[in-house]
Amino acid sequence: MTQQILIDPVTRIEGHAKITIQLNDAGDVEDAHFHVTQLRGFEKFCEGRPFHEMPSLMARICGICPVSHLVASAKACDALLAVTIPPTAANLRRVLNLAQIAQSHALSFFYLSSPDLLLGMDADIEKRNLFGVAQMQPQLARDGVRLRQMGQQIIELLGGKRIHPAWVVPGGVSEPLSSEKRDRILAMLPEGIEISARTLDWFKSVMENYADEILAFSSLKTMFLGLTNEHDELEMYDGLLRIMDADGRIVADGLNPDDYEQFITEKVEPWTYLKSPFYKPLGYPAGIYRVGPLARLNLVKSCGTPRADEALGYFRTLDSQSSFHYHYARLIEILYCFEKIDELLHTPDILSDRVRAHAEPNSEQGVGTSEAPRGTLLHHYQIDQNGLITRANLIIATGHNNYAMDRSVMQVAKRYVKSAHLTEGMLNRVEAVIRTFDPCLSCSTHAVGQMALQIQLIAPDGGVIEEVKR
Amino acid sequence: MSRVVTLKINDQDVSGREDETILELARENGIFVPTLCHLEGLSDIGACRLCLIEIKGVPKLMPACVVRAQEGMEVYTESERLKKYRRMVIELLFVEGNHVCSVCVSNGHCELQYLAQKLGVDHIRLEYRSPKREVDASHERFVLDHNRCILCTRCVRVCGEVEGAHTWDLLGRGIQSRVITDLNQPWGDAESCTSCGKCVQVCPTGALTAKGKAVGEMTKHQGFLTTLALMRENDR
Ligand code: SF4
Ligand code: FES
Repeated sequence: MTQQILIDPVTRIEGHAKITIQLNDAGDVEDAHFHVTQLRGFEKFCEGRPFHEMPSLMARICGICPVSHLVASAKACDALLAVTIPPTAANLRRVLNLAQIAQSHALSFFYLSSPDLLLGMDADIEKRNLFGVAQMQPQLARDGVRLRQMGQQIIELLGGKRIHPAWVVPGGVSEPLSSEKRDRILAMLPEGIEISARTLDWFKSVMENYADEILAFSSLKTMFLGLTNEHDELEMYDGLLRIMDADGRIVADGLNPDDYEQFITEKVEPWTYLKSPFYKPLGYPAGIYRVGPLARLNLVKSCGTPRADEALGYFRTLDSQSSFHYHYARLIEILYCFEKIDELLHTPDILSDRVRAHAEPNSEQGVGTSEAPRGTLLHHYQIDQNGLITRANLIIATGHNNYAMDRSVMQVAKRYVKSAHLTEGMLNRVEAVIRTFDPCLSCSTHAVGQMALQIQLIAPDGGVIEEVKR
Repeated sequence: MSRVVTLKINDQDVSGREDETILELARENGIFVPTLCHLEGLSDIGACRLCLIEIKGVPKLMPACVVRAQEGMEVYTESERLKKYRRMVIELLFVEGNHVCSVCVSNGHCELQYLAQKLGVDHIRLEYRSPKREVDASHERFVLDHNRCILCTRCVRVCGEVEGAHTWDLLGRGIQSRVITDLNQPWGDAESCTSCGKCVQVCPTGALTAKGKAVGEMTKHQGFLTTLALMRENDR
């Protein structure tokens, strides 16, 4: 008799999703899927709005990474104005985006995943959370809280608000940076760098405990997509797209995000509201790729900052395909963000007053891209002759990873779910592979949800055989 | 020369001219009365009902912006009943249109938002109508967003009474009412419009704004109205 196991909703991720695991007569995993079950329709309700409102409107897609949406959206609006924004404005937006990536990565690693990593995948569910971490290793929990706080504080200093700053506007930013604020940010950075480096060391020391998961999380091979700059370094704000295959060969390079429609297209699958983008020339599913920290670090030559590059050396010895290493990549990126902010704040014209270009709309469409914590973000707008939005298309980081997440769930379920009898640890591993991607389903479907876990074993006739609730 | 009268507002003795409104007297004496359709320098129409007051011996609530001072009047501006009505007026305005402060160009500089905060409107008890309304961005420099219009008609009055263009008017009745330019043409095609921008400055919300403003960037300057009014008085 075939049976279905349902994990609904998946916990410790941003947003709402469920997992179903289909068992065959022998009690082995036949198939498994990752379902995103919500729809918010941001693309629809921005139609008819003046495009100048878009950055702040789009930032509302997400409470975790609003800045990345803000930046991608503002860049799409710059393209509508057809202006080159002042270099200081671009650097200030960069700093903001880096602070955002640092705080979001800290949330993912420390708040959502460190309970699994410190306490173990099979640990008591009551303890497997940040409070459990705080009890066992207070320093680690404190570090997580502090890193996130620093990222938030930098955002607040720059944008005037932690969550939805309106500082980033079409054409640049609305206000220059004061020397007082710059100095306050600079003063925070050494601590950020120190904490990130300390966490990297700790994580390195426990990684061998997870050899089994590392292997299981690597059975899926895909390409990677991300931005990189002319020095072949990590690039979160500008640059061109690169696609690399599972063997490290560059499949496509120097792709201009403006032309994304020529090389990326999306596949709709019946089990999820979230579309799966893929690289057009290779078709589906061969053209599937992953984005985010793992992808970014795999496809660049270096980070471009000294300490992150040191850590990158060790990263290069790891299995580049294992999604488990999203965690390590995320930590390297936190370190990179603080180092890079330091570098940017020392550029000579960072305090310049010229931070905004003014223009009428000069182009009827515009594409904006940025690297969000979870990967490449694309906003594409079209406007009428009065500047009102006629069409908006968003490709969100988590969307890019959709197919990879779906297949990873399947691989991990095959490895760990062995019979129809459910154990916590078994299902937690299935969820944990999803958490490595740090998916933000609020962003990708533009949906919000309260998370609790419900796992059901469902017989073919639909009857619930067994149910576990958290 | 009009007579001087003495009356009481909130049990406080005040005196003023008999051609002054209760609202003017209250403000002269530092007494807060909320208003939306009223704007100094424009005629008063008593439309928004936010300035309602109680007058001893009068069973109905009266709008302070149009009621004139009378000898011996006893006026109250802060009763629980008034507070309840004012909050209700604000709530009704919110549910009637689409007011999403967080993504509005006038966020932080909006009279409706300010009054909602000041009057303690911390939630809305009625169902939102969420009407489908349009944005007219056909004017070269300005935008009209019907979603945020509260039909105070300040724009209509400033355009007719001060600029003398009378580009703005009202169309329709009841819930269907909306402001129009010329004979219900797109603003950009309205030939009578002089593009002076007075309507934009007096509009209390983000309904009329300058083009190209990002969220929270629209600030308004209304000082010109009193200056103009004063200069015209001196000319007479
Ligand atoms: S557009 Fe503004 S000023 Fe005119 S009626 Fe509407 S809210 Fe009042
Ligand atoms: S201000 Fe008196 S009714 Fe509007």
